[in-house]
Amino acid sequence: MRDNSTVAVHDPALLHHFAEPQQQRDAASLGMWVFLATEVMFFGGLFCAYLVYRRWYFGDFAAASKSINMWLGATNTAVLICSSLTVVLAVWAAQTARRTLLIGSLVLTMLLGFAFLGIKGIEYRDKFVEHHVPGASFSFEHEEIPGHPGQYANPQHAQIFFSLYFVMTGLHALHMIIGLGIFLWLLIMAWKGRFTPEWHTPIEIGGLYWHFVDIVWIYLFPLLYLIDRHK
Amino acid sequence: MSMPSAMTQPPIPQAAERENYLNKEYGAWSWLFTTDHKRIALLYLISITFFFFIGGFFALLIRLELLTPAGDLVQADTYNKLFTMHGMVMVFFFLIPSIPAVLGNFLVPLMIGAKDLAFPKINLFSWYLYIIGGVMMMHCMLTGGVDTGWTFYAPFSTNFTNTKIVEAGLAIFVAGFSSILTGLNFVVTIHRMRAPGMTWSRLPLFIWAHYATSIIQLLGTPVIAVTIVLVAAERALHLGIFDPKLGGDPVLFQHLFWFYSHPAVYIMILPAMGVVTEIIACFSRKRIFGYSFVAFSSIAIAVFGFLVWAHHMFVAGISVYSALVFSFLSYAVALPSAIKVFNWTATLYKGSIHYDAPMLYAFGFLGLFTIGGLTGLFLAALGIDVHVTDTYFVVAHFHYIMVGGAVMGYLGGMHFWWPKISGRLYPEGWARLAALIVFIGFNLTFFPQFLLGYMGMPRRYYDYSHMPEFQVLNVLSTAGATVLGVGYLLPMVYFLWSMRYGKPASDNPWNAAGLEWKTTSPPTTFNFDEEPVVTWEAYNYEELDAPHKEEVPVAR
Repeated sequence: MRDNSTVAVHDPALLHHFAEPQQQRDAASLGMWVFLATEVMFFGGLFCAYLVYRRWYFGDFAAASKSINMWLGATNTAVLICSSLTVVLAVWAAQTARRTLLIGSLVLTMLLGFAFLGIKGIEYRDKFVEHHVPGASFSFEHEEIPGHPGQYANPQHAQIFFSLYFVMTGLHALHMIIGLGIFLWLLIMAWKGRFTPEWHTPIEIGGLYWHFVDIVWIYLFPLLYLIDRHK
Repeated sequence: MSMPSAMTQPPIPQAAERENYLNKEYGAWSWLFTTDHKRIALLYLISITFFFFIGGFFALLIRLELLTPAGDLVQADTYNKLFTMHGMVMVFFFLIPSIPAVLGNFLVPLMIGAKDLAFPKINLFSWYLYIIGGVMMMHCMLTGGVDTGWTFYAPFSTNFTNTKIVEAGLAIFVAGFSSILTGLNFVVTIHRMRAPGMTWSRLPLFIWAHYATSIIQLLGTPVIAVTIVLVAAERALHLGIFDPKLGGDPVLFQHLFWFYSHPAVYIMILPAMGVVTEIIACFSRKRIFGYSFVAFSSIAIAVFGFLVWAHHMFVAGISVYSALVFSFLSYAVALPSAIKVFNWTATLYKGSIHYDAPMLYAFGFLGLFTIGGLTGLFLAALGIDVHVTDTYFVVAHFHYIMVGGAVMGYLGGMHFWWPKISGRLYPEGWARLAALIVFIGFNLTFFPQFLLGYMGMPRRYYDYSHMPEFQVLNVLSTAGATVLGVGYLLPMVYFLWSMRYGKPASDNPWNAAGLEWKTTSPPTTFNFDEEPVVTWEAYNYEELDAPHKEEVPVAR
């Protein structure tokens, strides 16, 4: 019917079962969006559990939240927002065939990603030292509920907060590590000069994934770090 | 594999000689590293059949134990493991992947005129994930299994049982990821890979059903994945998230669990509805009645299906107001289901009905799904539900949906498309006999369970010696299970037989309307010799049977 053979011969990136490059790009991008919808539901279950317990044990959650270093979290938020900018720059560089900018942006994105994980590691270490890691050695005695002098948080309820804190930030960090793996692959491909203004779909959909992981953090930060801070 | 028959039979160049997806390459590697959706469908077919018989084996042991009132075949703990492993294997390793991963995988690209699914490598990857999950599940079973019931309710699963919860959970997590990837592939394929002229309103209803199924797979499965993560963490570290002693909420576990596991029922039944729609249209030789109603009722079931989960928790201590709302919404889900049943019936009306084996299964589906659905309304009614909660009434109800509905649809579909899949005809007489045996065996197994449950026999008891009056119905049920087992073995035997000895199938043995019948049987690797262009509406059986109707003068 339609003569696709000429297109297929000239574009090595076009897979055999697609009629034209545009269809392949659309499929890849829709696939990533659909996958991100599943990711929303994955984190959604955790957010749901978080909201239930936050409503039940608000004071305990506020006390536990106060023990986390807000400034490390804020720095990490800034780091991730900057990394989103470098991802957008990478996409633009690929679209406009700026190879140096492309490689530079990818490297910078990865550096910011590692910085995030490093800061996260410091935070986890603090929690470990303070015995705030849930489990046998967990301890959260005599921590006052913010705004309620003389009232102490229930350690068991605080443990639920820290459980959710570790599961949510831990799964987020796992997504960051996977993102770094994807970006390492993108970097290698970019280094080999595989991306052209006509075909740079991996950068676009890898970027979508990275932005999504950033957005999850944008929700995690206020929910976990900023409960009742003003008191 | 078709060599011997090609020599003994007169040469039929169509099926025996032509290059197709089966004879293009040979050897294990050409199968294990294939990206052809049709070969991956066959890989799935073999693996889910394996798990079907594992799950069926557990079911037979359960029925054997219940043959006598005393707990004399296995010990109580073993019995708990038997029904748990039966449920986990059948739900996560057979029913969820059954129609989508086998028939869907094979047919979605063929029906919309595509060369393959949008992401062939991800499709293969999803089969490997399934196998990894399956191997973990097998290892879990062989080294002790799980005894919590397939629902692994907290805090029993998290604090008390000392069976292999984490390993089973991990297996289900991995298999769930495989299910997500299949759904993702279908959604993107249906959106982006349709042939020219294949508009949304010309899609076969099988495709609509799979689209709705994929939405549930995509949005439901991640929630059970994260629930399993929480259960594993809770079990390892005693976090207290689901432990009431530590301030946690076990009912939250049930909410999260059923948020997936209720819609999961629709992952099983929607594709079967799609199959039955195709079969009914073909064997009544009519355009399906109310095409758009059947199409959108699939989507409506997927959407409503997400809003009814707490009807599993009416006695779990949820507030009576939320129970009322969930009861009402559960009734609402009956609407789109009933729309489908009425439209199928209207399609049959004045159709020229052919009683071939696929149609027998479709009839079986119609009746059994209706009974399963109507008894579901009993359970959605708060007053009745309190009485029959955790009795055999519930067991009978969901087996009417999952076995009477989903498995009937699956078998009907396997028979309908077997000529396309294998290029061979199955023996019709044996197939009709098997359909009859399955129908009789099924009803004999599960109808007595409605009565047992209504009379008050609790589920998950291995010993009912304090109520020996239940024995007669239990004996009937066990006898039925044996008949059902024979009915399930038969198709496996004659399908295998037909691969070697069956008559070669023509391209369109049923004279059916779908695009998948317009290519060779079995299809070539890229499905169509040239890209199809669709200029006709779906289910144009009137045109197929009287191609030049408009030219013939008709006296009115």
